[in-house]
Amino acid sequence: MSSIANLAAVLVLAPLLLGVINRTKAVVAGRSGPPLLQAYFDLAKLLRKGFVVSETTTWVFLAGPVVSVVAPAVAALLLPLGGRPSALSFTGDMILFVGVFSLARFFVAAAAMDTGSPFEGMGAAREVTFSALAEPALLFGLLALTRTSGSLSLTGMFDLGASHAWQKASASIVLVLASWFIVLLAENSRVPFDDPNTHLELTMVHEVMVLDHAGPAFGFIVYGAALKLAVFSSLLVLLLKPAASGSWALDLVLFSGGILAVGVVVGLVESSMARLRLVRIPQLLVTAALLAGFAVVLVLR
Amino acid sequence: MTSLDLLAAATALVAFSGLPGLLFRAGSNAAQRAATVLHVAGCSAGCAAAAWALAGAPVAVRFAWPLPGGSVTFALDRLSAFFLVPVFVIAGLGSIYGEGYWAETRHPENGRKLRAFYGLATASLAVVMAAGDAWAFLVGWEIVTLAAFFLVTTDQNDARALRAGWIYLVSAHVGTLALFAMFALLRDATGGWLLAPSAALGSSALLRPILLLALAGFGLKAGVIPLHVWLPDAHAAAPSHVSALLSGVVLKMGIYGLVRVFSMLPAYPAWLGLALVALGISSGVLGVVLALAQHDLKRLLAYHSIENIGIILIGLGVGVLGVAQGRPDWAVLGFAGALLHVWNHAAFKSLLFFSAGAVIHATGTREIDALGGLLRRMRLTGAAFLVGAVAICGLPPLNGFVSEWLITLGSFRALTNGGAGVGLLGAAAGAPALALIGALAVACFVKAFSAVFLGSPRSPRAAAVTGDAVRSMLAPMAALAAACAVIGLWPAGAARLGRDAAGALLLGRASEGAGADLTALGAIPLVLVAILAVLCAAAVAWARPAVRTTTWDCGYAAGSPRIQYTASSFGQMLVGLFRWAVLPDELRPRPDGPFPAPGPRFESHAPDPVLDRLVLPGLTRGRTFLGLARVIQAGRIQAYLLYIVVTLVILLAWSASS
Repeated sequence: MSSIANLAAVLVLAPLLLGVINRTKAVVAGRSGPPLLQAYFDLAKLLRKGFVVSETTTWVFLAGPVVSVVAPAVAALLLPLGGRPSALSFTGDMILFVGVFSLARFFVAAAAMDTGSPFEGMGAAREVTFSALAEPALLFGLLALTRTSGSLSLTGMFDLGASHAWQKASASIVLVLASWFIVLLAENSRVPFDDPNTHLELTMVHEVMVLDHAGPAFGFIVYGAALKLAVFSSLLVLLLKPAASGSWALDLVLFSGGILAVGVVVGLVESSMARLRLVRIPQLLVTAALLAGFAVVLVLR
Repeated sequence: MTSLDLLAAATALVAFSGLPGLLFRAGSNAAQRAATVLHVAGCSAGCAAAAWALAGAPVAVRFAWPLPGGSVTFALDRLSAFFLVPVFVIAGLGSIYGEGYWAETRHPENGRKLRAFYGLATASLAVVMAAGDAWAFLVGWEIVTLAAFFLVTTDQNDARALRAGWIYLVSAHVGTLALFAMFALLRDATGGWLLAPSAALGSSALLRPILLLALAGFGLKAGVIPLHVWLPDAHAAAPSHVSALLSGVVLKMGIYGLVRVFSMLPAYPAWLGLALVALGISSGVLGVVLALAQHDLKRLLAYHSIENIGIILIGLGVGVLGVAQGRPDWAVLGFAGALLHVWNHAAFKSLLFFSAGAVIHATGTREIDALGGLLRRMRLTGAAFLVGAVAICGLPPLNGFVSEWLITLGSFRALTNGGAGVGLLGAAAGAPALALIGALAVACFVKAFSAVFLGSPRSPRAAAVTGDAVRSMLAPMAALAAACAVIGLWPAGAARLGRDAAGALLLGRASEGAGADLTALGAIPLVLVAILAVLCAAAVAWARPAVRTTTWDCGYAAGSPRIQYTASSFGQMLVGLFRWAVLPDELRPRPDGPFPAPGPRFESHAPDPVLDRLVLPGLTRGRTFLGLARVIQAGRIQAYLLYIVVTLVILLAWSASS
């Protein structure tokens, strides 16, 4: 029951994460910025709007937004949010965790290509390219956690208190943490991989890919992206939080606070650096994979 | 009656299915109908025999034979039966598909020849899988090779098909040569021609050469990089249902040969597992990267066959390493995943070739950048291609995910319960490699699906398509799409089938509890698909009153389909990252002056890096040297007989003196 409650909390809190990032950036820049709850207002407005759909498109165009919400929701279902066992846990669930994000990428990119617009084609091509390079890093990290915990499900893997992972393999965990933070920035199209603020620039990835989605479909995309960011942030929080206090409410507050703290860090990164040149991005992603690969080698010795 | 008797009857029926048609005149519909009915009947009987053998005990039968070897043996066990299922399913569906795709009335000049050799190829594939000794195996193997040559060159007036056919014939025989050597050494080490487990093999000094020759000979047939040189051209040139048979079944003959040899060993050397994982990773990654660089829809699919053979090899490698380390718990996952992927690849790749064939049939072109927007005119074909594309990328909830899940889980399992060493590292490398391969496959199939089926038509040919494929072409696609869905939604059952077939590969090391993980996936894909279906239906209902307008074009009023992102541009970034492996040919004309005149355009082609950069130039360069050998090739039978006599005399003298 508490697992379901934690899942619901993450589903509700996800758009707040966008607000926290924007507020952080505003504070650093000396602006007051949009309200923290702006993403909720946007979503409410988008869902009430009418649909405008391109004449070139087919049903694939609608499948993209739907899958982009379902995928991170299923992934959240598999994670031991707030230190509670996950709502759905089985041997090998981490492979499904990675698989659903690939499924979402397939359909969002196909929906973008369905419009026949060069902008969206460009965004989709970049999205699938960067994610292809980010995926091995995620798997290397999971392998390292499997080795330290001896478990083959996400719930067991992230029980870092029981597996004494920080005591036994702190270097590996730090490496995985660094690698997954890079993956988080890449998978969620944040600076330095992409700039979520520049609309209609040829330098963009995610925003340009969803250019033709309007109204409720765009609402689905925005919410799906927020949820995906929350799920990836949860991965980092789970790595950093080795023990549970025992109190459900306290754990949930700490966990949610952790996710929002990741949002602050992302906001600080976005305030302090510029986008990378496009040709540098693959190099950074390969670095992430190597960091996590190094973590595996360390625990295998 | 045993399952082997039924199989023999089915094989005979299939082998002769094309012959009655030869009695009819060219272009006759009756010839085609007779061939299809006989072939499908034979394939149904063959499926029944395979199902019987999957459930029952192994059977074998031995005939005395007055030729070398003394006898010929046929045997049918679970491993054989497991590989027989795709042979008969894909071949049977392919002959139904051929009714519409290569209709006798449209191809009177070669339709009957195609059907005759199609039946022969199917039957000889069954002979290979049911062979109990090296003789039956090699005879079946050779007939498959020859029949496949005639199938690839069905259109004997097409220079590209002929070139592909000759390259196939030459490289296939290089592989057969390696197999001759391997079986000869195997006979030396085991003392017989039987393909049965042999304890003597473990201590034999010949073990390493035998395994290396098996990897070379069978790897060439399976299309392992760098031995894949025959594969892309042959798949692209053949009629689409033949491409499906080549890719879905004939390649698997190589995998079958490998696992049959593995099942004869008493123990696996660790280097074998590491070699399999290394070959698998390189074939998998380079196969998909080369696919990304292709402009030809069928060549793209052909390179994906190489990728999938790589995935199967990774699974076999994980299994072999598991047995070598005494860990059946992950060995069974690797083997079951690899074998299940044999079925899965047969299903989704044939589905993709069938739907690609329907597109080629409707538009007359294989050029991806000349297509587009076909989903609205060819709804069912497009949906079939999408199912195949999602499955081949290894995405939930379809069948590709199930087998890749098993192999990846085997790879993760290797890191539990302690232990260390290079074997663990090799098995663990499988998981990130599969993730990379899968993610690159997503890129490639988003490209292929959307360039062919989404957006707007890029050429008049694509715009002229008015309707979907005929029913005889759609029905096999529907059957294969259903197979992809059933295996994906019922993973536990499929995994158990794979485990049962893999029993012989565990070399008797299986223990209680090994393979409890197999069924862990359970009904989860089913739940996922239910959620997706409900939400998609809701979204469609919501979107019904949508306003329809043009795609946002920044106010530019003269947009045309040419502004769309092409397949080449879509793959350009990834191809650039792997330029060192793809070695593309690029033409970059420099525009001159402020108003450059229309001239040569940018072009980029991706010839095969091994065939076109290494093998063919090497052979051309070596021609003068090899020409010297023509002195002894005089074209006179008497001279050749003389060579044989002289060789025999020398051998006799040598064996008498030693």
